[in-house]
Amino acid sequence: MNIFKISSKNLVRNKLTTILNIILVAFGVGILSILFLASTQISNKLEKNAKDIDLVVGAKGSPLQLILSSVYHIDYPTGNIPAKDAYKLMQNPMVKRAVPLALGDNYNGYRIVGTDSTFSNLYGLSIQKGSFWHKDLEVTLGSTVALTSGLKIGDSFFGAHGLTGNGDVHKQHAYEVKGILKPQGNITDNLILTNIGSVYKMHEEKHAEGHSHVSAAEAKEINDKEITALLIQYKSPMSVILFPRMVNQSTNMQAASPAMESARLFSLIGVGIDTLQWFAIFIMGIAALSIFISLYNAMKERKYDLAIMRCLGASKSKLFFLVMFEGVLVTFIGACLGLLIGHVALEVIGAYQESSQAKLTGLTAIPQEVYLIWIGLFIGALASLIPAMQIYKVDIAETLTKNR
Amino acid sequence: MIKISSLAHVYEKGRRLKFPYWEIADMEHWLLLGASGSGKSTLLNIISGLLEPSQGEVLINGTDLYTLPARGRDRFRGRHIGIIFQRPHLIRSLDVFDNLALSAVMAGLPVDHERNLSLLHDLGIGELAKNYPDQLSQGQLQRVSVARALVNKPDLLIADEPTSSLDDENANQVIQMLTTQAKDNGAALIIATHDRRVRDHITKTYLL
Repeated sequence: MNIFKISSKNLVRNKLTTILNIILVAFGVGILSILFLASTQISNKLEKNAKDIDLVVGAKGSPLQLILSSVYHIDYPTGNIPAKDAYKLMQNPMVKRAVPLALGDNYNGYRIVGTDSTFSNLYGLSIQKGSFWHKDLEVTLGSTVALTSGLKIGDSFFGAHGLTGNGDVHKQHAYEVKGILKPQGNITDNLILTNIGSVYKMHEEKHAEGHSHVSAAEAKEINDKEITALLIQYKSPMSVILFPRMVNQSTNMQAASPAMESARLFSLIGVGIDTLQWFAIFIMGIAALSIFISLYNAMKERKYDLAIMRCLGASKSKLFFLVMFEGVLVTFIGACLGLLIGHVALEVIGAYQESSQAKLTGLTAIPQEVYLIWIGLFIGALASLIPAMQIYKVDIAETLTKNR
Repeated sequence: MIKISSLAHVYEKGRRLKFPYWEIADMEHWLLLGASGSGKSTLLNIISGLLEPSQGEVLINGTDLYTLPARGRDRFRGRHIGIIFQRPHLIRSLDVFDNLALSAVMAGLPVDHERNLSLLHDLGIGELAKNYPDQLSQGQLQRVSVARALVNKPDLLIADEPTSSLDDENANQVIQMLTTQAKDNGAALIIATHDRRVRDHITKTYLL
């Protein structure tokens, strides 16, 4: 028998009001925690995946689209660039490392990326099983791809044209799995890596079928071919200003900075996040008001209970604490429930998300969530302050002499 | 053991009540009589430490009630005075057993479940311990409130109009119960009433 028991018994007695208040707090906290978690995870992912990439060069179009397609592997590429021009840029003295990308095919929604060994250096990839790709049509799988597709070393599969779906399968050539990467915690977990030649082979074959120029196509120099984009790392930070300008003005390609574009993307999403955040705060405010009103109204009836407790020897401060505790208990339960709702909801959202590249998960926690619990407690205390102050005004003798 | 002297209370509206000298020895039973409006409730509230008088002193076991700080007075009341109200006023969210336990908790004393249970048995309501106030009859509630007043082994038991809403038979039972319980628990008893039926049972009277 203690304050906790008295409070909780009283809350259980007024079930409906208690449940309403808990739900209100839970929704407010739930929405806030979803926002916190999702925006942290998204910005973490954006940062991690673009960590060592200073610039992306690709076909003219939307710079954001270029970044999304070639760094985050979400959107469609802007188009192709002549390999000849790209290799010219790779030789530029300002460039420390340049990674060519050839995109266009997928396997069960996982993108097949044609590239070379510089790609694994850029992302610091290491092999878990098997080896890296060496020859045409050999692939190395990202860890998530291997896990979900069930492909093992030595297995073969057909890629499909396009970046999603299995619509147009390249039946002529099968890829062979040579190795599986260690989990990297970034985008490469969701990619299938091969060399650029494989990607050319897939598409030339198709071209050849129509025009029967097989031998001619194979004889062509790489210079006449196209790639999708070029990931560039500068030698010195000085190039930040010069290099993109040079690309944009003197070539038929465009340069986009992942840092700038993801900042722009975030400022676009940010409007939505802000709106939701205000909405959540609004709900929390309603919750506080609801708790205040229900406690305040309950005081009319509880006056007798509290007067009795005074008669039995409880001091005013003890009862003040009792009423405060009730409000705080409701918001504490609400806040914990809200965090649970937030995590479960985010996990569910993640499970239904189409793009495996930017998958959200509810299984991680961030330190800011502790603040949400504190905010909950604070709101509870704030809402119960005025009702609790009534304790000091109640005239026990008069209350108890009067009939209920 | 209880002594009030030169006690007077002035209400804000200007009504002034004066209370004559009164001394109650250990385990004595007293009736506090007076027409309604004569100040019975006021005096009871002053004696139980709920209402600070404008002048005079209340000594209980040698402690001057109104020299204690507010918190100390609350605690003193919890430990030494058991109050039975006209209406039972139990906490509705707690069952009978917890209502009794609350009495000890609020006074800052350890809960003695065995004693509480035997109190309920003495009052003939031992089987109701796990019931909630809503499930009890008026008479049963009255008994619970008597049990609650006795939980902390008070030196003084105060009952305010305990019989006013009862018929003759029940009124008799309640008076019997109060006198017996006060005796068994070694407490002095004050019954404030304007009910003639009570006068047959208690001889000492204090008239307002």
